[in-house]
Amino acid sequence: MKRVGEVKSENFLLAKFENLVDWAVNSSRANSLWPMPFGTACCAIEFMATAASRYDFARFGMERQAFSPRQADVLICAGRLPFKLAPVIRRIYDQMPQPKWVISMGACASTGGIFDNYSMVQGIDTIVPVDVYVPGCPPRPEGLLYGILLLHKKIKGESLFDAVRRREEQPLDDKGLRLAPETIDEISEPFGNSVHQFRSA
Amino acid sequence: MIPGALREAVARDGEQIVYVPRERLLETMTWLKQTPGQKFDYLVDVTAVEFRDRERPLEVVYFLRSLKRKADLRVKVELNSSEELAVDSVWGLWRGADWLEREVFDMFGITFTGHPDLRRILMWETYAEGNPLRKNFPLRGRFSRAEQVRQALNASPEAHYSMEELSIAEASDDLPEDMRERLKRGERGVIPEPPATP
Repeated sequence: MKRVGEVKSENFLLAKFENLVDWAVNSSRANSLWPMPFGTACCAIEFMATAASRYDFARFGMERQAFSPRQADVLICAGRLPFKLAPVIRRIYDQMPQPKWVISMGACASTGGIFDNYSMVQGIDTIVPVDVYVPGCPPRPEGLLYGILLLHKKIKGESLFDAVRRREEQPLDDKGLRLAPETIDEISEPFGNSVHQFRSA
Repeated sequence: MIPGALREAVARDGEQIVYVPRERLLETMTWLKQTPGQKFDYLVDVTAVEFRDRERPLEVVYFLRSLKRKADLRVKVELNSSEELAVDSVWGLWRGADWLEREVFDMFGITFTGHPDLRRILMWETYAEGNPLRKNFPLRGRFSRAEQVRQALNASPEAHYSMEELSIAEASDDLPEDMRERLKRGERGVIPEPPATP
């Protein structure tokens, strides 16, 4: 728990104004996140399990799932993202009001996973900024819950008064990209087993 | 069977496969569908195969089923990759061939002559990297990842759909006449005409 101020006696508390505002704002934000589910594959099944009564992420303030980006705070990309869906998820992200966060759920959303091929985005961070990556194929509901709690922690560490601790996503550049082309090529490089795969005539 | 249309017939793993020369395909298919005792009224799938062995021709494979007779038949047409990859469309016989042939066209670049609306179906229509299931297609595509991301992000999500796909079929009757007409014409501006069946 972050230290906000100092309790001087039963009747008053001494704190920096900035800390107090950040504490109030960030606690409210973190404890009432409205997720926008973007389920494209088997991770979405685990996502549904996380939302259902057994794991129940409503316990962590995600009471209402917003199936409209305009009423959502956190975009959860659960599943692989083909290039054909890249402009769709970007538009959904752009439609969400600030402040907004993104959870990349599973190996495919985070890195392309086993789909190191012509049709698949190699990590959704080439399309939208990602705050928390949840590994797994697919992650168990506990994994997603842990990711959500990490996001809470991250939100509580942000500050309205310090731009470094809360960086806003910029619009796409004149090429229509959010990262430099070299960076995209670099993070899309094959790794692990897929370095051995070169299927062509 | 029509004389000369059957090049080769094999039974493999309990499946009957017949090889038909390309120019006799439509004739044979019409016969298979319409002749009493054949009546293959259901086209299950259309697909294609390219073999690793470069000497072997590409095969276009048709899976036929007769719902009445509960019988299956596999029809294959061989295409040499050195020649033009084209066969006659069977859309005139089975309407279900529409999307199946579009998928083969998209993935293999095989043209179906007489198809009313032959365009890509899985990849978007401006996709410029080639036909992904051909053996000469690199696993990760021809462009760099950055270029692929750039093209994807610059695409309009609506561009994947034609006007008729965006419209709600059930609401069609409630639309004004001119709008219905426009939706029926589609993006390409023409109502597809069925080819004359021989």
